[in-house]
Amino acid sequence: MAENGRRNEKQNKKQSEFESEFVVEARSLTKKFNGFTAVNAIDLSVRRGEVFGLLGPNGAGKSTTMYMLSTILAPSSGSAVINGFDAGREPIAVRRSIGMVFQDSTLDTNLTGFDNLDIHGRLYGMNGAERGKKITEVLELVELADWRGKLVKTYSGGMKRRLEIARGLLHTPTVLFLDEPTLGLDAQTRRHIWDYLRKLRAAGVTMILTTHYLEEADELCDRVAIIDHGEIKALGSPDELKRQAGETVVYLKTSGAQKQKQKLLAALKKKNFAANAIEGGVAVKCKSCENAIPALLRAADSQKIPVDAVEMRKPSLEDVFLSYTGRSLRDAGASGAEARRAAATARGFRHK
Amino acid sequence: MALEFERIYAVWLREVKRFWNSKPRVLGSIGQPLFFLLALGFGIGSLVPGLNYAQFIIPGIIAMSLLFSSIFAGVSIIWDREFGFLKEMLVAPLSRTSIVLGRVLGGATAACFQGLIILAIGALLLGLPHASPQNVLLSVAFMLLISAGFVAVGIAIASLLQDVEAFQLIVNFVIFPLFFLSNSLFPTDKLPAWLAEITMLNPLSWGVGAMREMLVDGSYAGLPAALAVLAAFDAAAILVAGRLFDKTSI
Repeated sequence: MAENGRRNEKQNKKQSEFESEFVVEARSLTKKFNGFTAVNAIDLSVRRGEVFGLLGPNGAGKSTTMYMLSTILAPSSGSAVINGFDAGREPIAVRRSIGMVFQDSTLDTNLTGFDNLDIHGRLYGMNGAERGKKITEVLELVELADWRGKLVKTYSGGMKRRLEIARGLLHTPTVLFLDEPTLGLDAQTRRHIWDYLRKLRAAGVTMILTTHYLEEADELCDRVAIIDHGEIKALGSPDELKRQAGETVVYLKTSGAQKQKQKLLAALKKKNFAANAIEGGVAVKCKSCENAIPALLRAADSQKIPVDAVEMRKPSLEDVFLSYTGRSLRDAGASGAEARRAAATARGFRHK
Repeated sequence: MALEFERIYAVWLREVKRFWNSKPRVLGSIGQPLFFLLALGFGIGSLVPGLNYAQFIIPGIIAMSLLFSSIFAGVSIIWDREFGFLKEMLVAPLSRTSIVLGRVLGGATAACFQGLIILAIGALLLGLPHASPQNVLLSVAFMLLISAGFVAVGIAIASLLQDVEAFQLIVNFVIFPLFFLSNSLFPTDKLPAWLAEITMLNPLSWGVGAMREMLVDGSYAGLPAALAVLAAFDAAAILVAGRLFDKTSI
């Protein structure tokens, strides 16, 4: 009995100590499936009240990271602390603190919207009065109040996603995880969901979301981590990242062979240009690119490299991704390597 | 291991609500046992001398229904994995044990409901000499014991198998042997010794025997033994199911 008292004291102390800045802290979080490394020693710190994004193509390791943070998957190594609780040692306490909106639908389509929420509330230990009140509240938030008595199998894709967001919030979690929240939805529904998420952000809900949609990361997130091949390549606010990608970027599109590109890069670097090889050509960061273009073209000419086109624009997150990974986010999902990665990860889930 | 009653209740409630929402399917699933009852009861019954086969077979057909719906309820965890609801439960703050217990109780409740309907119809159409309220209640208790064990068996199987197609295998290699190598369809006293012994190893036989004794013969002599066997079977099945389910991932 005395021991219980002491333990409770320690927990209470831990709780009040933990009004710290960071609600989620991951250190060297790693996951390997049968020798394949899906997530490679990731470090993350998410502040209370911020919207944190993980941006990357399919197969980058985003969902795997989310599963580890939400205790569904045990990491191969490394640690994750959520709301002061260690995911490995106190998984139940972590789960009580988080809400999760999965990438695929996890609703029971043979139950009504109300029942899905009610069962969820019970699983999280909410009492009857609390449940009743919060269910009405969250259904209002996502504008599904009229559908509470209908079976979920009658809901559209967008409605199901809204219900899942409502469900994730029902028990007032400290952190809400959203895995590709607008995947597969049409543009209009996507914007509606963004509106709900903005409302949540204004209400101070801490959110971690994964996405491969640049606009989503740009519009919603306070900070974004660019993730590729299981590693974080860059981290910062969308503005910071874009600034790092240079004031303006010039693209020299060339169909030249790899060797020629390398020669061009060497030549540009000799002239002190910040140049990177990318798919289809070379990207150069510069302060006032209008003046730089002639010099760049001369450098290409001197190496006898044909330049097919020149493009100049203010960097977007697409360019940030491009500069850190050498690939375009839009095309990345289609590559064979990505597909194999995604398949391996998916299979990995089944054979722990 | 703390028993999280509220959480177990939540898992149970979900199973029951789902069952209640699929009433057409439930009524359909009663059809098959019903036809067995009529065909075997009246048809074969007219051939069997010295035994009121129609009444004899009612507990056997109840057992058939229980077996099918219980194992199916357990195995349907595979569907939850396919369609994602399992993730919702795994990310919620309840132990895997609670998930197993809630499912076992929920599946058993649904199976018993169907068993009770068959008992009622059997009593009405074919007659059960000792279907007193007391005996019916005791029979329901035995139905629960039978179902609980087999839901756990279903969960154990689902934890070992990874895909939905294997379900066909389950029906052929698990359900059929369990049903036919029992005393559901025939009395075991005139069987060759080796076969009789196999049927007595089958927990289903003990449940059927108990119900038959009560409802048809009006005796309670074998009940304590049957209770012990079923309780032991349930405990073992639930433990194994719990262990195996613990090891599965999403």
